[in-house]
Amino acid sequence: MPTVEMTVNGKRASAQVEGRTLLVQFLREKLGLTGTHIGCDTSQCGACVVHVDGRAVKSCTMLAVQASGATVTTIEGLANGETLHPMQEAFRDNHGLQCGFCTPGMVMTALDLVKNNPSPSEEQIRHGLEGNICRCTGYHNIVKAVKAGASAMKG
Amino acid sequence: MHDFGYHRPASAADAAGLLSQKGEAKIVAGGMTLIPTLKQRLAQPSDLVDLGGIAELKGVKAEAGGITIGAMATHAEVARSADVQKAIPALAALAGGIGDPQVRNRGTIGGSVANSDPAADYPAAVLALGATVRTNKREIKADDFFKGMFETALQDGEIITAIHFPKPDKAGYSKFPNPASRYAIVGVFVAKAGGGVRVAVTGAGPCAFRSKELESALSASFTPDAAKAVKVKADGLNSDLHATAAYRAHLVSVMAARAVAAAS
Amino acid sequence: MTTATGIGASVKRKEDYRFLTGQGTYTDDINRHGQVYAYILRSPHAHAEIAKIDTSAAKSAPGVITILTGADYDKGGLPAGWQIHSKDGSPMIEPPHLPLCKDRVRHVGDQVALVIAETYAQAKDAAEQINVTYKELPAIIATGDADKPGKPQVWPDAKNNVCYDWHIGDKAATDAAFAKAAHVTKIDLVNQRLVANAMEPRAAVGDYDRATGEYTLYTTSQNPHVIRLLMGAFVLQIPEHKLRVVAPDVGGGFGSKIFHYAEEALLTWAAGKVHRPIKWTAERGEAFLSDAQGRDHVSHAELAMDKDGTFLGLRVSTIANMGAYLSTFAPCVPTYLYATLLAGVYKTPAIYAEVKAVFTNTVVVDAYRGAGRPEATYLLERLVDKAAREMKMDRVAIRRKNFIPTDAFPYQTPVALQYDSGDYFSTLDMAMKNADWAGFEGRRAEAKKRGKLRGIGISTYLEACGIAPSAVVGSLGARAGLYECGSIRVHPTGSVTVFTGTHSHGQGHETTFSQLVSDTLGIPIENVDVVHGDTNKIPFGMGTYGSRSLAVGGSAIVKAMDKIITKAKRIAAHLMEASVADVEFKDGTFTVAGTDKSVPFGTVALTAYVPHNYPITELEPGLEETAFYDPLNFTYPGGCHICEVEIDPDTGVTQVIGFTAVDDVGRVINPMIVEGQIHGGVTQGIGQALLENCVYDEKSGQLLTGSYMDYCMPRADDVPSYKVGTHATMCTHNPLGSKGVGEVGAIGSTPAVINAVLDALSPLGVQDISMPATPLKVWQAIQGAPTKMAAE
Repeated sequence: MPTVEMTVNGKRASAQVEGRTLLVQFLREKLGLTGTHIGCDTSQCGACVVHVDGRAVKSCTMLAVQASGATVTTIEGLANGETLHPMQEAFRDNHGLQCGFCTPGMVMTALDLVKNNPSPSEEQIRHGLEGNICRCTGYHNIVKAVKAGASAMKG
Repeated sequence: MHDFGYHRPASAADAAGLLSQKGEAKIVAGGMTLIPTLKQRLAQPSDLVDLGGIAELKGVKAEAGGITIGAMATHAEVARSADVQKAIPALAALAGGIGDPQVRNRGTIGGSVANSDPAADYPAAVLALGATVRTNKREIKADDFFKGMFETALQDGEIITAIHFPKPDKAGYSKFPNPASRYAIVGVFVAKAGGGVRVAVTGAGPCAFRSKELESALSASFTPDAAKAVKVKADGLNSDLHATAAYRAHLVSVMAARAVAAAS
Repeated sequence: MTTATGIGASVKRKEDYRFLTGQGTYTDDINRHGQVYAYILRSPHAHAEIAKIDTSAAKSAPGVITILTGADYDKGGLPAGWQIHSKDGSPMIEPPHLPLCKDRVRHVGDQVALVIAETYAQAKDAAEQINVTYKELPAIIATGDADKPGKPQVWPDAKNNVCYDWHIGDKAATDAAFAKAAHVTKIDLVNQRLVANAMEPRAAVGDYDRATGEYTLYTTSQNPHVIRLLMGAFVLQIPEHKLRVVAPDVGGGFGSKIFHYAEEALLTWAAGKVHRPIKWTAERGEAFLSDAQGRDHVSHAELAMDKDGTFLGLRVSTIANMGAYLSTFAPCVPTYLYATLLAGVYKTPAIYAEVKAVFTNTVVVDAYRGAGRPEATYLLERLVDKAAREMKMDRVAIRRKNFIPTDAFPYQTPVALQYDSGDYFSTLDMAMKNADWAGFEGRRAEAKKRGKLRGIGISTYLEACGIAPSAVVGSLGARAGLYECGSIRVHPTGSVTVFTGTHSHGQGHETTFSQLVSDTLGIPIENVDVVHGDTNKIPFGMGTYGSRSLAVGGSAIVKAMDKIITKAKRIAAHLMEASVADVEFKDGTFTVAGTDKSVPFGTVALTAYVPHNYPITELEPGLEETAFYDPLNFTYPGGCHICEVEIDPDTGVTQVIGFTAVDDVGRVINPMIVEGQIHGGVTQGIGQALLENCVYDEKSGQLLTGSYMDYCMPRADDVPSYKVGTHATMCTHNPLGSKGVGEVGAIGSTPAVINAVLDALSPLGVQDISMPATPLKVWQAIQGAPTKMAAE
């Protein structure tokens, strides 16, 4: 079995995995980082979004071996101790989550969106969230949250 | 998915070597189609040869009156590339509209073109722009490349290394996405170059194809109205839950008109 | 007390920190020591005999612990929780529903074998080596065909696939109303099948403790006590004290996680056999083939009116698809949650409805957000719009003319329900104002200049929720009571733990119930915690569905707090040396009327647990109370939804430009959470109107929309930002005045969207379109329209 080694949320992580092990399985099952979720089989829902080398990817559509050597950030790596990241805080302030299942993927996607476009319009936010499905919120408050988070991140 | 051997060669030559040694090996580029396929157990390769570690397949550069895009350039890289935006803005826009942001961060032009998915976007650009597909063995003209649904001119062990797009005078792309999957139900790429017009359609047939009737109409008058006036035949077009052949035929004209309107 | 954290305040949610940091604990996040994994082999056929199952090769595959099939299964079937009787008095046909099929499969996805292995991948690998010999049978799929003679039969006892043939209302009075009608408007409608698609797929972990003989099931449920009751008593015969059911964080339900599913019973049963904890998590494709689906009605309706458009009578005939088996609450959805709602907000004096439930070779159908009420609302609001067109009346005017007057409450409908309160005129007026209804024609004209067809649609609706009075539902066939339980445990230092039998899977109960308790007991909200979802912690519960959590569960908490305050007053009276009758409690302090004596709540709590100075001969120490609340009636939220759309005639694409909702949900505890519920419900309603459709191949019974590649889920760019508001009339029969908000968004919205689409297409003479109004269907409607689009 191949050995993978990567930096996850600032810590070195390594394990032997089958070639077929998905990155999301590696994170959830080998590292116990269960904040990253699996909501579909067809790379549509975005519940599994993490950052690999600074870019949002769907960790259910990437093999763990493909991420070997990479730097990975998951939802668990965002907050600074007890202090939420401004985007996390914006989701709480704007009620951008209900059941919480899609939330980690939404937040990770929102950060990638804001990285590429620090002042997104509502339309750009809605378009940028195309790869993430939420069944609870109707997106209304997620859009507000991303907008508020983007503003907060500018300081 | 079934298990497999995993290989991450450092050069195209090494990749080709692995493909010839391993009987049932498959190439994985961005994996945006292959990994879901493997998850559904619809394919069972013995080995995966990952092109992700091959530096020579990466990058976008302006050259020879156009743009050359490495096979492993992601859609996001192409969309963001200042060179592509300058030379062929329609191509940058097409890349920026593939799938969703996360797919664009992983999916590659080489993977998309080699797969010849009937609903993929890039094949329309490759055909309409008269691109050249460069492989580890040869160069293949766009018109000779797409052979059918998931079928191309690529031979066993042949690896796309780059795609060269000549700069057109004007080009535009317009897509009507499947409301569920967001793949193209119909996508039309129009390109005006050297006095001629090439029009390629994706999503509507078994693979991307050129539309002679649109090309002649737009050669006569490169206007949205000229495109809209073309009545595309529904014969042989795809039909599914989301779009009948007649609807697709209609959308081909509409998308062609929008592509012309957007062309720059 | 109105404070920043009290009743009526938009308090930020207590649950959010854990969800935002990845610390939520969903069922698939739970790992037990020694855990193994299950894969369920499912039927590839819609209808087939199982001739043979050969597991020999699979049993010796790497990692396999055991493989169990129908031949091994020696326990009971999954029960139906509601019994409907047909018109002739005969009980519904209730076929056996075994968690593993024995000799026949009845839908694609039916459970054939349970494979248990050390890893999930090994279980799935082994399942490929199970050799099942099927003898395929013809299948019946289409709802409207199922009861026709000569069709394939799903169950031998259900002749022409009819489960029941039920009716409600006064047929003679309705016939008489039609006899004197000046005009009758008729409509045929399909309310298409949907898939709930909570983002967290169903999952379960079954565990068995040999030392104690106790079983534990962790499951994605909206109602763990109901699962314990159904699975323990009816399926596996495990007594309650040996069975613990835990529903931890649950990632959305929308009804689909109410029901007792085969996998829950199988994992619990198998854990007792292999003596290892077993985990199963549905893949999304599997969820499409095994989660109970929703809606699926085919209806014909007729509305009789006098010459002025006053409604005289309503006739409805509906065929409702149950799928291949009866899911837990399936029988009541198209009857008591649908036909009883056909009066809507209108004073139609005579109503008669017939509902035939049919079996087909499809996945079971049961409650999905709104459950019956969206179907009733869609039917009524499409019919009323059509009636207005035919009567050449304004569609708002015809509604106003027929509304139940605001002073007519309590109002007895002809279909069993008695509405306690409502004000349909105000919600209509407010919504029209918020949506700028008056300015619409200007916007339509402006859109026309851009080549777009703009339309506006309205829906004035009502629903019945907060289910339900146990005696009433018992008389209607429910096999359970529908009260709720709440417990308040005041700790010695004055902090409080609330135990509720409801379950939060997105609704924010931990926050709303904390506000309620903090406000009532006058203690800081940080000092209140809410516990739900564990049968070993909570005395009892019926769970969360039917928008009942606040109206019923909240009322139980209020009752428990009443008991706490009553006892605390006696302790306070003792401390203040006053008569109990003179003790008042306000803002967390006990006082004696007309004196300056006071004792804070915390002191009373401490005294209850350190009873040194205590009326010990007449009062027990401690401060913990449990209450059960059985509602006196349903609650009746209602309101008005207005949708504005723009159609691109070149492509048939409908864009929702604006959506306005004004809902009467009674008293609101947390407006932020209430608005969030409406946003989500409206989006599911828009999804049904424009995007979502669960489609089976009518011959093979294969599910054609079995993934998000084909089942169109609403995404962020499919919907606009919404304008939502509330206007409260109080529920008159529960202590909070709250009516419920979970489902209103999904109930009121769908017809508003379709009415808007038809309004946009009305210049072309298009009168009907079926849901979902996809670009293809809209384009086809335009192509077939009596009036052609003017050339631009």
